[in-house]
Amino acid sequence: MRSRRPGIWDVAQHVASAVLVSFLLLPVAALFLTLSWEDFVAGLRNPILLPALRLSLLTTTSSLGLVVGLGSLLAWRIARRPGRASRWMEAVTQLPAVIPPAVAGVGLLLAFGRRGLLGGFLAEHGMAPAFTTPAVIMAEAFVSAPFFVQAAIAAFRRVDENLLVVARTLGASPFRAFLRVGLPLAAPGLLAGAAMSWARSVGEFGATLLFAGNLTGRTQTLPLAVYAAMESDLRAAQVLSLVMVALAFALLLVLRRLGPGVTWPGPEVRVA
Amino acid sequence: MLELRITRRIGPLDLRIDLSMGSETLLVAGPNGAGKSSLLRLLLGVVRPDAGRIALNGDVLFDADLEIDVPPEERALAYVPQDYALFPHLDVLRNATFGLAALDRRERVRRAAAWLERLGAGHLLARYPAVLSGGERQRVALARALARTPRALLLDEPFASLDPVARQELRASLAGWLREWRLPALVVSHDPADAALADRIAVIERGRLVQQGTLEELRRAPGTGFVAGLIESAPPAGAR
Repeated sequence: MRSRRPGIWDVAQHVASAVLVSFLLLPVAALFLTLSWEDFVAGLRNPILLPALRLSLLTTTSSLGLVVGLGSLLAWRIARRPGRASRWMEAVTQLPAVIPPAVAGVGLLLAFGRRGLLGGFLAEHGMAPAFTTPAVIMAEAFVSAPFFVQAAIAAFRRVDENLLVVARTLGASPFRAFLRVGLPLAAPGLLAGAAMSWARSVGEFGATLLFAGNLTGRTQTLPLAVYAAMESDLRAAQVLSLVMVALAFALLLVLRRLGPGVTWPGPEVRVA
Repeated sequence: MLELRITRRIGPLDLRIDLSMGSETLLVAGPNGAGKSSLLRLLLGVVRPDAGRIALNGDVLFDADLEIDVPPEERALAYVPQDYALFPHLDVLRNATFGLAALDRRERVRRAAAWLERLGAGHLLARYPAVLSGGERQRVALARALARTPRALLLDEPFASLDPVARQELRASLAGWLREWRLPALVVSHDPADAALADRIAVIERGRLVQQGTLEELRRAPGTGFVAGLIESAPPAGAR
């Protein structure tokens, strides 16, 4: 009897896995391993940290609300009314995901900036969003919308059409059918999409820098604060980074719980 | 009395149906793709006819000329699709109360529970659809639809998702219920055995109504090959 020995294909898989996993893990590990406790405490006291954290939480929550509120309706429309208009809208909502963030910043400036397409109109109505906190929210919403909308479209498409038809025959208006049937059945997908979208917002840098600037307390979010701190106090940059890693880990845990196979109450009910 | 006269083009299918029925059970039979399920969707109001008129007990549900198109939620038609379409995120009781939003909570639960009890699903209230058998699902779906006191009942392939034993048992139960309720009931099926349920049979082929009548009438003069095949495998007269 011949024994089986690992072939080149097996070895290649192990080596490739080891190389890539170490490469992905090492920078994150370095953030933790190269900082002493004293440096950590000193970094925490850096005056740049708290305003940036506060601003990041405020703006990412706002942009998430914006994206989820408008995006849910858009995704429902696209999922439930297939056709040329829906395909076109779906493509448009994907654009920001492939545009480089810096380009998005230039675009936002040219659209909503003082001399942008809508700049005059906005100024007439007392609004000049560029280089203000609302600009941060707009930049975050712009870059993060595709993550939510795409997940929401997929989740809504998985809702069985028959359930909605039956809901209507049971007296539900289209809105009530959406609220009582579509939304709860798509909820796991929507939550996962919202989490991904929020993660993208928290990390948003390029578009914010160009469209909102880097003003402490007003437009300096966590990633911009890291960038600013790098020039003066590396420890502060590192502590800020650790704060963001902690946020990311928390999110990862949530996402893993929301992964495929979220269960409804009752033993075997799976809505993947 | 349900009257419909509609035309609608759906992809390659050109549906033209002129049909009327009283408080009876009408079996709509026909080969796959004949337009049976499309007919139900047109009746329900989720697909709009290109032309024609649908009226139920004198109330116009759809009239292309008068531009009347009553939305599905106001048609008071009970619909039970082939897979029963129970809401997977709601337990049996909340499925059955779904259509009773207009009532106060106590009355809602009382009425839904009474229907579930009546159809032999009274012991399932707290269960979720995923753990129910096919037969239990059908009972719950029927209770949910009937709790609203609909004006007509539309069933799409009511037994197709059941195993043979459950199928026979539920067919017998349904035949009894239908006689008891005296609702206009339109049962779409491709299974000849379901002819036992029906007062009359309407056969649709390629979007057209090719023949209608009692099983006996169809047996005497089958109009097409499909009809001949259908009555050949249908249960003998008097089986009902």
